[in-house]
Amino acid sequence: MIDFYLNGQRQQHADVTPDTSVLELLRTRLGQTGTKEGCASGDCGACTVSIGEPDGRGGLSYHSANACITPAHQLNGCHLVTVEGLSRGDALHPVQAAMVDCHGSQCGFCTPGIIMSLFTLHEQQRRRPAPLTQQRMEAALGGNLCRCTGYRPIRDAALRMNEYPDTHPLWADDPDLAGNVATLHTDATKAKPSAGATSQGRFDSPRDLATLRELRRERPQSRLVAGATDLWLESTQQLKILDDIINVRQVAELNTLEETPEGWWVGAAVTYSRLEPLFAEHYPAFEHLMHRFASSQVRNRATLGGNVANASPIGDTPPVLLALDARLALDGPEGAREIPIAEFFLDYKKTALREGEFIRAIFLPRPNADHNLKVWKLSKRREDDISAVLAAFAWRWDNGVMRDVHLAFGGMAGIPKRAPTAEAALEGQAPSQAVFEAAKAALRGEFQPMTDVRGTKEYRSIAAANLLERLRLMLASTSKDSDKKDAEVCLDAYAH
Amino acid sequence: MRTLTNIKAPEAAPSVSHESSEARKEQTGRNKGDGPLARDTTTVHRQSATGGSSTHARAHESAIKHVTGRAAYIDDIPAPSDVLHIALGLSPVAHGRLTRLDLEKVKRAPGVVDVITIVDVPGHTDIGPVFPGDPIFVDDEISYVGQTLFAVAATSYKAARLAVKEAVIEIDERPASLDPVTATERGEFVRPTHTHQSGDWQQALESSAHVLEGEQFVGGQEHFYLEGQACLVLPTEDEGVMVYTSNQHPSETQKLVAEVLDIPFHAVTMEMRRMGGGFGGKETQASPWACIAAIIARRTGRAAKLRLPRAEDTRATGKRHPFNNRYRLGFDDQGVLTGGDITVIGDCGYSPDLSDAVVDRAMFHADNAYSLGQARVTGHRAKTNTASNTAFRGFGGPQGMMIIEAAMDDIARHLGEDPLTVRKRNLYRLGRDVTHYGQRVEQITLLHDIVEQLEASSDYWSRRKAIAEFNAKSPIIKKGLALTPVKFGISFTVQHLNQAGALLLVYTDGSVSINHGGTEMGQGLHTKVCQVVARELGLDLEQVRITATRTDKVPNTSPTAASSGADLNGQAARDAASKLRERLFDFAAQHFDQELGGLDREGMRLEGGELIAGVGESERRIPWGELIQKAYLARVSLSEKGFYATPLIHYDRDAAKGRPFYYYAHGAAVAEVEVDTLSGEYRLSRADILHDVGDSLNPAIDIGQIEGAFIQGMGWLTSEELKWNEQGRLISDGPATYKIPAFGDLPPVFNVDLLQGHPNSQASIYRSKAVGEPPFMLGISVWSALRDALASLVDYRHCPRLDTPATPERVLMAAEALRNATLVKAAQPETSDDPA
Ligand SMILES: Cc1cc2nc3c(=O)[nH]c(=O)nc-3n(C[C@H](O)[C@H](O)[C@H](O)COP(=O)(O)OP(=O)(O)OC[C@H]3O[C@@H](n4cnc5c(N)ncnc54)[C@H](O)[C@@H]3O)c2cc1C
Ligand code: FES
Ligand code: FES
Repeated sequence: MIDFYLNGQRQQHADVTPDTSVLELLRTRLGQTGTKEGCASGDCGACTVSIGEPDGRGGLSYHSANACITPAHQLNGCHLVTVEGLSRGDALHPVQAAMVDCHGSQCGFCTPGIIMSLFTLHEQQRRRPAPLTQQRMEAALGGNLCRCTGYRPIRDAALRMNEYPDTHPLWADDPDLAGNVATLHTDATKAKPSAGATSQGRFDSPRDLATLRELRRERPQSRLVAGATDLWLESTQQLKILDDIINVRQVAELNTLEETPEGWWVGAAVTYSRLEPLFAEHYPAFEHLMHRFASSQVRNRATLGGNVANASPIGDTPPVLLALDARLALDGPEGAREIPIAEFFLDYKKTALREGEFIRAIFLPRPNADHNLKVWKLSKRREDDISAVLAAFAWRWDNGVMRDVHLAFGGMAGIPKRAPTAEAALEGQAPSQAVFEAAKAALRGEFQPMTDVRGTKEYRSIAAANLLERLRLMLASTSKDSDKKDAEVCLDAYAH
Repeated sequence: MRTLTNIKAPEAAPSVSHESSEARKEQTGRNKGDGPLARDTTTVHRQSATGGSSTHARAHESAIKHVTGRAAYIDDIPAPSDVLHIALGLSPVAHGRLTRLDLEKVKRAPGVVDVITIVDVPGHTDIGPVFPGDPIFVDDEISYVGQTLFAVAATSYKAARLAVKEAVIEIDERPASLDPVTATERGEFVRPTHTHQSGDWQQALESSAHVLEGEQFVGGQEHFYLEGQACLVLPTEDEGVMVYTSNQHPSETQKLVAEVLDIPFHAVTMEMRRMGGGFGGKETQASPWACIAAIIARRTGRAAKLRLPRAEDTRATGKRHPFNNRYRLGFDDQGVLTGGDITVIGDCGYSPDLSDAVVDRAMFHADNAYSLGQARVTGHRAKTNTASNTAFRGFGGPQGMMIIEAAMDDIARHLGEDPLTVRKRNLYRLGRDVTHYGQRVEQITLLHDIVEQLEASSDYWSRRKAIAEFNAKSPIIKKGLALTPVKFGISFTVQHLNQAGALLLVYTDGSVSINHGGTEMGQGLHTKVCQVVARELGLDLEQVRITATRTDKVPNTSPTAASSGADLNGQAARDAASKLRERLFDFAAQHFDQELGGLDREGMRLEGGELIAGVGESERRIPWGELIQKAYLARVSLSEKGFYATPLIHYDRDAAKGRPFYYYAHGAAVAEVEVDTLSGEYRLSRADILHDVGDSLNPAIDIGQIEGAFIQGMGWLTSEELKWNEQGRLISDGPATYKIPAFGDLPPVFNVDLLQGHPNSQASIYRSKAVGEPPFMLGISVWSALRDALASLVDYRHCPRLDTPATPERVLMAAEALRNATLVKAAQPETSDDPA
């Protein structure tokens, strides 16, 4: 049974197959066709909806999501807002009015998704007004493709939406909505295994670690789902039947963010959006990577745990985690253990996870003042693209020489991987041209990258070496100001 | 009086009880109705003295529906509950013979109701739109990965897609031909080669002070309409079908569906309200799906829906043609072209589709805005084992222009001049005003005006200086700047397509319905046509409504393509409206004020919702509603059809000479980029555009078209990369791997202006100009700016070859090549690359 609120109305639906997406539920089961399908792979944003969850302070906090790759069963205890739910009778919502006045739609097919992304931004603005910088607008709209307008009128609508009288959607009049959603959200009966059974499989949502372990012992072959931003593509793109799913999104122990003197334990189900403040404070380079990582819709649901477990050679965070010497807390029917991230990736898409095992948390060591991290992602498009090459370089200064040099790469081998011989060339050295030449030469011997849709092997090799060269130039720059140093060798929009 | 959109319920009864019996009678009449005459008529709301709502920047007619999610696309149309969903079995190989197709397990899969192949087609099996060559299903010869082998209809979308996987397919695979240049060398063409020639090009080359040659590969482009190919077909009570389709050319699909079903055309009705984007991709390539769904609908007697999943859509349908172009051109010391030879090879894919006209248009635009001198332009139509490439905004024009724009940059570097200087010297001018296909360029000074205005408004020269200074000091980050013009010919080059029809209906409440043969894909055509009708009838835009394009309202229509939508259909609508208006004038002149000898027919006009006759003292105003009702009662017809055929145009293919275009649309853009020459990453930091739309029909819509086209053109030349593997399978088959511009690619500074004060010199609709395609080619400025930035690596002595799309990879490789060449050159004496 799925139990949630759609715009103003409670929805209870029995026997929804485990692999049903929110988009399918809306369009085929509920006849709500305002939300569009442009790709069914999370890439176009036409299906964007806004999902409200209790914020712990008696209200609801909304995030945008791609309905096409969000499991319908994850709607339990949420408030789903769709494009149909924004206007108040004939009175348009401010984001709708702004889009009409700015001529923000042409064919109109992307428009419902754009509206929902703008709505989410508008909600965030209402809660915490802040200047609409280019970066914030990009964050809000980078996951919405429009083939017609070229985006200028959409940017104008974003900039103008706050000039309109704030007509609330009708459902916002209901004083009990947040409370009702919260009640559904915490409803323990939804966590019972029986709640996830359907005639065509299971979708279980355990709330605690013990239950998760138990379920994994019973069904080690079940598929874990967190943000579903990788897993769901197996259903929509490869047409695999997903009929035995365990949802880790609500497991309390996987949702904690625990600070220790040595660093942070990040629960495997913590979303990127939740991590952004931590990154911003302690790992600016990681935070900047987040601006280039997928889209808001994806980052609002996707997890570090999912990125690591997915073990793609072009996943963005594993090289960074390798460069940081992150550790993984694994857990499962056989008990808990801890391993360095470097021991996790065994071979192409093959990991150290044993049967039934799962990632509980990821440990990020606290960087000290001498620590340096640079993360550079190369892709065809700046926003919402997968890396051709990703480089994560970490080291610390010790009297003018580089120590603990970590050079980790994505896109250069079948797994995310460090370059030990190149690291050795730099270790204990001052950053001279000669040692960097040696490191670049070593790099060439270290990787035999592939040619694929994102780049040729020649390009990958040259680009990886050039990123080392970029590091050298940055270190050699005589500019005092570190932003200036970056600007000499890297475009502003791609810096860090 | 009520408005059209907001029908108020009649006043509640109690108020009636106080009224006189007369009023009560009237109220009863209102409620119960008294005959066909409307009880209320529509009202004009926003008074506009000139009836000029047509020139306003009005919002898109569907804007409110778009933003509320109420605008319905094909997959949103409520279908009968027993609707069947169709999935297709597509070929996994690029070339070969189908030796076995065993569908037994498919038929037995859950939910499957029908499975069809070529043998189940009742009528024609070839659905080539212009020339034969496109089988609806593979018979035995397989020509590309993604070609349709069979179709499955099941009770759900998922069931149909899963069933497809059960097929047993055996193919005797052959080597796939994937290189158009090799195909050309082997003479493998889908259509014969065509050549334009003006003067003695060989002699021109021999006597030129300088000769340069160059080559380029210009990549194709996936349409990436946000709404994929989709249709819904309902069987009708006779032998026919009702087809809802996302389609730029309903009449052609109607014909093909009828032929495939072997039924008369009048048994097939197409309805097309709006597309979620078309861009040319639904001109011919929306038909196969409608044909397949129609067969299923007729066989099963049930509604059938076919909607292609994105990856299948991308594999199964054709794209913008990739081109391999070459030039060998002579020029004088000023860089002015004297003549030469240009060859363009269009990669057409496996069948002709529209490729004849596409390559023609590439040839017609190989000059862009410049006089080629004595030149030969040759166009080949290479046949390869990919999907059949098709129409895409610009229709070959952009690919043709790329070669001459490359040459302009190359010539400038060769002579050590700024590329803008060379471009300006080569613009068509008096004495050099006839194209290589014999059409005289009218409005000859217009492009000079545009370039000069833009040069000034964009500060081209001071920025040029600043950039040179920046680049001299910045070894890694390089800036680039370029101004490129566009001259684009307007008209279908296939003459008979330059016609259009419209149907105007006025109802007795005064509301107006207009229908025409054009289709709405976001370009604002319907808004413009409504504006035309409103202007002709002196009404508010709200009083004129457009309904879905239907083949049973306006027959035998042309595709909405070639930027011609508003030009053709606007004129047809205007024809209908003006005929009706004249009829109403005739009627009014006799009917009103009979005792005074009738109204003055001379000077009668429709304005602000009224018919106005006479002036001053004797002025008489009759509200539109009253006029219409009186005309109805007097048995005057309130409907009219309109027709338009573009005058003047002709093209003699044997002589390769003529006037294929009614007029040209112009524009120019300045782009500034920043390039990281170590990583290949780049960014468009500023764009300035000045574009010619004649007298704009709707400035807001026109600016939207220009901006959208520019960004789409930039995407074509930068991030949008189609990649096939060695087996001929497209591996960039969806938005995860095929990257169209996103929000952040919009330049921080983006100045877009419409050229003022230059109405079309031809009598187009209100002297406006077509705007759909021309601005697409403004995106070439971004590519030229990238080359400019790269050229700075070698002190602007040389312009690197930069094939497209100029992805970060290509930009990096070009930078590396330049750096390596400088290293090598440093060790060698200077050589001249001038073969003369
Ligand atoms: C449009 C789009 C853009 C994207 N862009 C990027 C990008 O820029 N960079 C990038 O790296 N990735 C990108 N991705 C991929 C994806 O978003 C990331 O890999 C994300 O981190 C996956 O997290 P998730 O929570 O959604 O994982 P899920 O899809 O829920 O799970 C992924 C896999 O991990 C397993 N899993 C999940 N949680 C656990 C756990 N706790 N223990 C063990 N196994 C587990 C699942 O069973 C599944 O096999 C993109 C995806 C989309 C759709
Ligand atoms: S449909 Fe494209 S992101 Fe969901
Ligand atoms: S308006 Fe057509 S895709 Fe955005």
